[in-house]
Amino acid sequence: MKLLTALFTTSIGKKVIMAVTGLILVGFVIGHLVGNLQIFAAPEVINSYAHFLQSLGPALWAVRLFLLAAVGLHIWAAIQLTLENRRARPRGYDINHTIQASYASRTMRWSGFIVLAFLLFHLAHFTARVGPYEKYNDMTATINHQGQVIEVLDVHSMMVIGFQQPLVSLFYIVAIGLLSLHLSHGIMSMFQSVGLVSNRWRAGLTKAAVVISVAYFIGNLLIPLSILLGWVDVQNPALLASS
Amino acid sequence: MKVRLKVWRQKNDRTAGSFEHYDTPDLNPNMSFLEMLDVVNEVLTEKGADPIAFDHDCREGICGTCSLTINGKPHGPHRGVATCQTYMRSFRDGDTITVEPFRADPFPVMRDLIVNRAAFDKIMQSGGFISVRTGAAPDANTIPISKEVADLAMDAAACIGCGACVAACKNASAMLFVSAKASQLNLLPQGKPEKDRRVLAMVQAMDEAGFGNCTNQYECSAVCPKLISEDFIARMNRDYMAATFRQTFGSVPSTVVGG
Repeated sequence: MKLLTALFTTSIGKKVIMAVTGLILVGFVIGHLVGNLQIFAAPEVINSYAHFLQSLGPALWAVRLFLLAAVGLHIWAAIQLTLENRRARPRGYDINHTIQASYASRTMRWSGFIVLAFLLFHLAHFTARVGPYEKYNDMTATINHQGQVIEVLDVHSMMVIGFQQPLVSLFYIVAIGLLSLHLSHGIMSMFQSVGLVSNRWRAGLTKAAVVISVAYFIGNLLIPLSILLGWVDVQNPALLASS
Repeated sequence: MKVRLKVWRQKNDRTAGSFEHYDTPDLNPNMSFLEMLDVVNEVLTEKGADPIAFDHDCREGICGTCSLTINGKPHGPHRGVATCQTYMRSFRDGDTITVEPFRADPFPVMRDLIVNRAAFDKIMQSGGFISVRTGAAPDANTIPISKEVADLAMDAAACIGCGACVAACKNASAMLFVSAKASQLNLLPQGKPEKDRRVLAMVQAMDEAGFGNCTNQYECSAVCPKLISEDFIARMNRDYMAATFRQTFGSVPSTVVGG
């Protein structure tokens, strides 16, 4: 099929893969943030939301595999494009001169690497709950589900206890900062790579990408910051009694 | 005024090069950068040394022959200006000026500051043309073209093919050049019949030549002596994907003979 050949073998095709997978991932991280902001409501709210996601079963796994494929393709395309770019200029200039390439655009590789490292930790920490984080599995709370009181994983307490560790919060904040930097170039780039931008609104789009990235950073920063400052605390009576 | 030059010297495309330092004689600040090199070369020639080889032709900013990366920026310090129209008054007395060739794998250094830009010719041969029938010239202006489209096509056609976009790109990508050359024809009715084939062929030739990929940083349009906009890269990306979709899913005619 010519479309697939073009996507996976040509320069523009691989850029389109970057853009489309980037769009999927931007959508995910924004949705993920909105979901997580429920930490500021009563514990039942985020616990019910987490239970709802868990109860999706096969659909949850379909979404997870879809996102994993997007991450995989995004990284694959980045590696391919970067290797080609290196081959295209084996000897660089004596003077490194930059006119208008943004700091974010010149550090995409590094912000990407560190965000990937964080992603692996984040999945082990809150999603898989392995190693020292296995103890999160024992934390439960009750929610009202369709008129019945049921016992579910206490995601509210898990997040609070997780972020009460300053080093974990610091890694999270650094990673989110770099991801926001990554997005400030990425959001503009995905429009350019698929050809959906012109000089009529390029300046507006570039500013909008920065505004979205800053808003995304602040939204994410609020979570560990509020926990570290004690504004959001454990509310599970069982956990409060044991501590 | 006098300046100190740090110039890339390289015998040919098979040998390694290195930087050499030269102190210029007293210069008129109103001489162009190329005239300054002429003066330096005269001194070198009188001494029996090899003059510095550099590309030049019209020296009025319209042919695209001159190149040079001056202090890290292709075509020197100004915006929308080629090396030939950069004057020594843009530098200070006693400055050290680093002069390098345009650097990209598809632009091999032939000698000193001269690079072989034949990769651009290959791209043009693959699709940078329209097919016209010979015979009597058609009446002028018989095909209506809106002013906006004509102006936009002219913006793209302003490309002189110097290769500064490749030289400035962090990835040695030729996308600004290719997009300008494809767009100038794709925008106009005369270029429409071959539009899809053109953009597919030119991108393929660009990839085969070994240029890098655009990372949307637009160093290219910032150094372009004709200030060609990165909008044309977006247009090429869109045209390329549209052509690929049509090639994959579009209807094919049921008759392939006669008509």
